[in-house]
Amino acid sequence: MKPNQEILISGRNVTKVFGYGKNKNTAVDHVNFDFHRGEIISIVGESGSGKTTLAKIVMGLLKETSGEIEYKGTPRKLKSHRDRKAYWQDIQAIFQDPFSSFNLFHKVEKLLNDCIELQGLKLSREERFEKMKEACTFVNLKYEELYNKYPFELSGGQMQRLMIARIFLLHPKVLLADEPTSMVDACSRSTILDMLLKLRDENEMTIIFITHDVGLAYYVSDTIYIMEKGKIVEAGNADDVLMNPQHPYTQQLISDVPKLHEEWDLG
Amino acid sequence: MANNILDVKELKTYYRTRLKEKVYAVDGVNFDLEEGKTIGIAGESGCGKSTLALSLMGFYFPPLHFGSGSINVNGVDIMTLSKENLRKKVLGREIAYIPQAAMNALNPTIKIIRFIEDIMKEHRPELTKKQVYDMAAERFETLNLSPKVLNSYPNELSGGMKQRTVIAISTILNPKVLIADEPTSALDVTSQKVVIKLLKDLLEKKFIRSLVFITHELPLLYHVTDEIMVMYAGEIVERGKADEVIFDPVHPYTKKLMGSIIVPEMGMKDHKLAAIPGAPPNLKKKIEGCRFADRCSYTTDACRQGKVSTQQIEHRMYRCIFDSETLKGWHANEA
Repeated sequence: MKPNQEILISGRNVTKVFGYGKNKNTAVDHVNFDFHRGEIISIVGESGSGKTTLAKIVMGLLKETSGEIEYKGTPRKLKSHRDRKAYWQDIQAIFQDPFSSFNLFHKVEKLLNDCIELQGLKLSREERFEKMKEACTFVNLKYEELYNKYPFELSGGQMQRLMIARIFLLHPKVLLADEPTSMVDACSRSTILDMLLKLRDENEMTIIFITHDVGLAYYVSDTIYIMEKGKIVEAGNADDVLMNPQHPYTQQLISDVPKLHEEWDLG
Repeated sequence: MANNILDVKELKTYYRTRLKEKVYAVDGVNFDLEEGKTIGIAGESGCGKSTLALSLMGFYFPPLHFGSGSINVNGVDIMTLSKENLRKKVLGREIAYIPQAAMNALNPTIKIIRFIEDIMKEHRPELTKKQVYDMAAERFETLNLSPKVLNSYPNELSGGMKQRTVIAISTILNPKVLIADEPTSALDVTSQKVVIKLLKDLLEKKFIRSLVFITHELPLLYHVTDEIMVMYAGEIVERGKADEVIFDPVHPYTKKLMGSIIVPEMGMKDHKLAAIPGAPPNLKKKIEGCRFADRCSYTTDACRQGKVSTQQIEHRMYRCIFDSETLKGWHANEA
């Protein structure tokens, strides 16, 4: 599926500075981006390159120091609680560590129920049950076995899938996936990617992957942004950027990945 | 025949649950490792890779228990040694281990040099503090690590640096075998490469003689080790030379595992990412027949009967009731 040309989120000169004076640290430095509807974007970079900070700014969890972010063509508003709630109905995230993304005191039933409530839907008990069951079936979990469990009773892979079940219930317009597969093994990684791609095809969701896994970025994404020290050094179509890298940092990043049909230069 | 530095026969270790059930996480593992060779262990989460590593070290702390079998390290059966002797004579000298969470293995209130002093107090008590420091500094220098690290606290180091420091500390006594349990899983690609380079350096400079490398990243194993073993539900299902296992797998499980590899290479997008359906079997119950039968696409009635023994073709080993030609034919048809 090709992404269409409608720009959903765009940023101009987005900058985030932590600290001040001597300890000033620019985590995100004049970054420009345009995320389209239905597009899969990967932001790739090594640890400490500012990719998670950028993700938090897009998510609205951190306030940018300077720069403008537009959502659906108008400047993003996050001032009041109502604005934020409306924004978060459209944009959702999956984080790296599934163990710390759930409230430990709530059972799975409540966790999923909260998603239905966030949308402000008024549903009967049976309709809710049907919805939650459908979401669990989508991610190959059995709702009957799970609803009475606490998150810590599940395995890492199960939790990550439950996270996707929540996304399925909420069907947001934008999904931010911050290293969604770095804590699971290669097999679960394929399962999770499969599900996310299926969601994209169904709802025309924009997915933003934050990752250091260049292979994953190449496999799933339409557009790639390479970040180094807070700056975007190269951006463009995934095939063009990764098969024909121009910037020295991109070239080095790609040579660092062990491949199957090429020698791995340990230099 | 070359000297086998590690020789494991019919090893069974189990976890005892609160209900006194025995869960065999390592169930009848046989393998040997020649001096100077490296071997990789691959498999899904929960297939027993890390338990095997702990078992090889003789780390039996409840709920992990030793079942049966033998582990010979450099000709000595470590299960016949007392705990005291095991610690003094084998661990660190013959066999060393880097745990999965090596980044958290360092006590943050202690300087790096203190860890090394600790080891030396036990193994080389005749050395003075000054000598220990010089020796450590020299070793760090040869491994391209700055000796300044010795005087810093663990929380001052980055993730990749901590991992390399842990490797340097655990190999300071020149152990014959190093067991590395997912040393790079928490690192990004750039730091991963540096850690792999360090391991290769150690082998090249003969500080360690052999390496057992555990990971689920198959492309990485292909570049690091000579041989690959694939584990599934506590058993070794395939063993062979790295390139053979990756490009020409025999066992259906290995074949499916290859479907989950993603590398940034031309033509990668055409290949359909295939997840293995279902979940690994519950090891609490006794499993009749092949353990992979429920998820395999070639299962017949014969698969579910009796114990599946291993087949050996030259150096290649696999555990399936079908012969390799039939299996390879099926794999080719599927593609």
